[in-house]
Amino acid sequence: MKRSNWAIPYALFLALFVVIPLILIALYAFRSYGGGFTLSNFTKFATQSETLNTFIYSIGIAIITTISCILVGYPAAYILSNSELTRGRALVMLFILPMWINILMRSLATVALFDFLKIPLGEGALVFGLSYDFLPFMIYPIYNSIQKIDKSYLEAARDLGATRMQTFTKVIFPLSVPGIVSGILMVFLPTISTFAISEILTLNTKRLFGSIIQDNIMMSDTMNYGAALSLIMLVIIGITTALTRDRDNSEQTSLI
Amino acid sequence: MRKFIAKAYLYLLLVVLYAPIAVIIIFSFTDSKSIGQWKGFSMDLYGSLFAGEAQHASNISSAICNTLVIALIAAAISTLFGTIAAIGIHNMHGKGRTAIQFTNNIPMINPDIITGISLFLLFVSLGISGGYVTVILAHITFCTPYVILSVMPRLRQMNQNIYEAALDLGATPRQAFSKVLVPELRPGMISGFILAFTLSIDDFAVTLFTKGSNGLETLSTYIYADARKGGLTPELRPLVSLIFLTVLILLIVINVRSSRMENKNN
Repeated sequence: MKRSNWAIPYALFLALFVVIPLILIALYAFRSYGGGFTLSNFTKFATQSETLNTFIYSIGIAIITTISCILVGYPAAYILSNSELTRGRALVMLFILPMWINILMRSLATVALFDFLKIPLGEGALVFGLSYDFLPFMIYPIYNSIQKIDKSYLEAARDLGATRMQTFTKVIFPLSVPGIVSGILMVFLPTISTFAISEILTLNTKRLFGSIIQDNIMMSDTMNYGAALSLIMLVIIGITTALTRDRDNSEQTSLI
Repeated sequence: MRKFIAKAYLYLLLVVLYAPIAVIIIFSFTDSKSIGQWKGFSMDLYGSLFAGEAQHASNISSAICNTLVIALIAAAISTLFGTIAAIGIHNMHGKGRTAIQFTNNIPMINPDIITGISLFLLFVSLGISGGYVTVILAHITFCTPYVILSVMPRLRQMNQNIYEAALDLGATPRQAFSKVLVPELRPGMISGFILAFTLSIDDFAVTLFTKGSNGLETLSTYIYADARKGGLTPELRPLVSLIFLTVLILLIVINVRSSRMENKNN
């Protein structure tokens, strides 16, 4: 048997468990509860102000989270990639490790911190918790892209009389843009799709789009509506990925 | 001065990153209702985790048991399946290879909620009710791509002729697989297994959507159900602390292994 045939079972598995399920989301989205083609799931979304508001609110929260992760994460990534200051990879590891811990646990940890500091939970906790949850996902790709910059560029810039500031704005920053772009992907996408944790961080006072999808999809009579909402989320994810794809040339290196 | 500010910023950030985890761990060692209120060192919360109120303790131990069983089965199957698939992909060319690699990336890129919902709809339309089997299948779906990712580099480094030599020397394909390929790929397979195991015990969203309504709970869905009802209850503190430590230890093992492998190759 040719060894290339060894991939056939996995190809079939991928078709059944990855491709078909994604197609199913679209199929369910255009079907009414009784069966039959309909667009009513989408008109329901467009006309129901509560869902629409949650949707816009979730995008807003995701943008704020992404921006705060860039503002806090970029300096950290920049300092980390400066090898004079950080010997070895141990320090980098410490920044990356939390990203492998379940987001639910990290959110509960945020709740613990807010309880400890006696700050009431709510919108502030939500933004802090999300930024806290996703900060490592911003630091890592930026760190990687700065690391990859050829050090002779920096020497050349300095030899040609650039100040520290100029070296940064004209050389380092432009070359680290691909890292920022993948960071945005890795923060923005999971943030708009979060569910469950917003309830925990705000004691059920604020809900995000993901929670609305969860509520609808789990009930058989609103399952089609839930599928339509998931499809809307998938489209946003697709658009974001497509918009950033050309600029995101950083190699997909393993995360650990 | 610049150096000092830079370092101070990094360490401050690390403190912020780890403070929440530290707070949970510290307050898992005191028997108080709320965090921030220290009632002296005590292991009572850990004790009641396993030997407290009968119903509660048995729920937790069955959740732990489910989590481990699911992770072990899913990681074992993913490792075997992923290794065979990686060998196949490695020997493929052209469009087929591009297509399979593209699809292989989807579960890694897709947000958990989409993976979970899409599989939920699959099982609903096939009429399979959620339980052990659906959760394990779902975990295999998102674990196998990572196994392939860790086995592929070993395949690329390996001398392609050894396998053919084994066949020429009269080994059956099965023997050539187990005596030649597997030993060559073993480091990648072990890393892949640990990675798959970690991803599986760490998963929350996909499990939530595929576990069905027959009462199957893993640790994370159990914690979610508990936290949804009453926030961070005292009995969750030792549980979360234990999970943090387990995941951290697993991650350190993976990293020490991979940096050792890198050193060997250089």
